[in-house]
Amino acid sequence: MRAIQYAAPRSLSDAVAILQERGSKARILAGGTDLIVQVGENVRDVDTLVDGKRIPELMEISFDLVTGLTLGAAVPCYRIYEHPEIKSHYSGLVDSASIIGGTGIQGRASVGGNLCNSGPAGDTIPVLIAYSATARILGANGERTVAVEDFCTAPGRNILQPDELLVSIHFPAPPAHFGAAYLRFIPRNEMDIAVVGVGASLSLDEDGNIATARIALAAVAPKPLYAPEVGYFLQGKAPSTEVFAEAGDIARSLVTPISDMRGTAAHRKHLTGVLVRRALQRAFERARA
Amino acid sequence: MATQIVSGKTAITATINGEARDWLCEPRQTLLEVLRDTLGLTGSKEGCSNGNCGACNVIMDGRLVNTCCVLAVEADETEITTVEGLATSDGLSTLQQNFIEGAGLQCGFCTPGFLVSTKALLDKNPNPTDEEIRWWLAGNLCRCTGYDKILSAIKKTIAETNAS
Ligand SMILES: Cc1cc2nc3c(=O)[nH]c(=O)nc-3n(C[C@H](O)[C@H](O)[C@H](O)COP(=O)(O)OP(=O)(O)OC[C@H]3O[C@@H](n4cnc5c(N)ncnc54)[C@H](O)[C@@H]3O)c2cc1C
Ligand code: FES
Ligand code: FES
Repeated sequence: MRAIQYAAPRSLSDAVAILQERGSKARILAGGTDLIVQVGENVRDVDTLVDGKRIPELMEISFDLVTGLTLGAAVPCYRIYEHPEIKSHYSGLVDSASIIGGTGIQGRASVGGNLCNSGPAGDTIPVLIAYSATARILGANGERTVAVEDFCTAPGRNILQPDELLVSIHFPAPPAHFGAAYLRFIPRNEMDIAVVGVGASLSLDEDGNIATARIALAAVAPKPLYAPEVGYFLQGKAPSTEVFAEAGDIARSLVTPISDMRGTAAHRKHLTGVLVRRALQRAFERARA
Repeated sequence: MATQIVSGKTAITATINGEARDWLCEPRQTLLEVLRDTLGLTGSKEGCSNGNCGACNVIMDGRLVNTCCVLAVEADETEITTVEGLATSDGLSTLQQNFIEGAGLQCGFCTPGFLVSTKALLDKNPNPTDEEIRWWLAGNLCRCTGYDKILSAIKKTIAETNAS
């Protein structure tokens, strides 16, 4: 690795001050499972790594039934899937956190890092969108909150300005009869990048019909794709395999995948339909439970 | 601004295999590099240097990590177990012994990673199922053994630990 500089601020204001002083070549370091590899392979023009892991707000998990879940941007995956309340209330998030890399990667990799790396195939981003999660961002000019579906802009790019960092991700309190799930297709059982990934959530009304549904997809567009059309279609319908399959057909018509070494565009379109159906089914089973 | 920005060599202290260690390193050096080249702990191996193979695994503050994806400066004030920390003054650990006896290794390059990763698993979950073992070890690649003998060495260790 070529020479870099390193700082480990202990407060948000110190971190922002460093980002502001150093400009766009300074980057926040969370688990480093993207960033250290990218700097090592010289594919990121970075000269200063600002370690976020000593800033309390970035390492915090807080949950209550009224306000929901606040997940610090640098919390590693293992703390997510071992957290009792996240396990019982946000199983869709657990789906994503448990499949990023292997055990050693999950010892460090964070959801905030996955979101800020902004890869089209990032495995946490669709489920964050399905949960209607929001990103809390802090910069030299103050704070703003942005819906996760508006965060990524292009492969590897997002709305963060050079002086801004992601503090945390907020998940609304889970409504009654609500379920969410993330499913991806990879050619083997683990340790690979999604060919297609689908995050789905739905809630049921008193009659057992679908009150709301949200679908987002990975690896089928230049950025994680929110597909509100699928949610509109599902609203008010009685949940069934047929309805979920139809939702899959709609999603298939919305995606614009490319062909690469992991799969052809046609295969990705096909997988979109299958995975949307299955992810909705799983979310439905969780909503009913 | 209170935070210092480190560019040159900086002093780091950590507890490695129960011993207090300190070293000087630059921010660009990975923990793997420092373990091997500065501290002489060459058990941890560099298989890929991008997080995919697990040959560089150590346990850091109780969690398995890939040291090729950790900066050595990040290890300040941490507690680390490397493969060198598995044996005791009485000799190799049961797990190590069973890897040897059960041919859980051929060239041995992946073995330190498998040993450390398995230790991290058994510390947390002393009676894992086959599936839990395989899932846990998904980030450890072996080019030689075909994995089955690694799995049987681990299962033998679990059985022996339960019996003793
Ligand atoms: C072997 C291996 C397997 C992997 N498998 C998967 C997988 O299955 N699925 C998947 O989606 N990804 C996978 N990844 C990629 C990576 O592990 C994930 O994207 C991970 O979530 C990144 O998190 P991190 O904490 O390590 O981020 P870092 O590497 O620390 O950071 C990632 C990027 O986000 C920026 N950043 C981080 N935190 C902040 C913040 N708070 N504010 C502003 N910017 C920030 C960094 O500057 C950097 O550009 C894998 C990586 C490896 C090495
Ligand atoms: S050398 Fe670190 S994972 Fe391969
Ligand atoms: S024994 Fe050779 S790589 Fe595993």
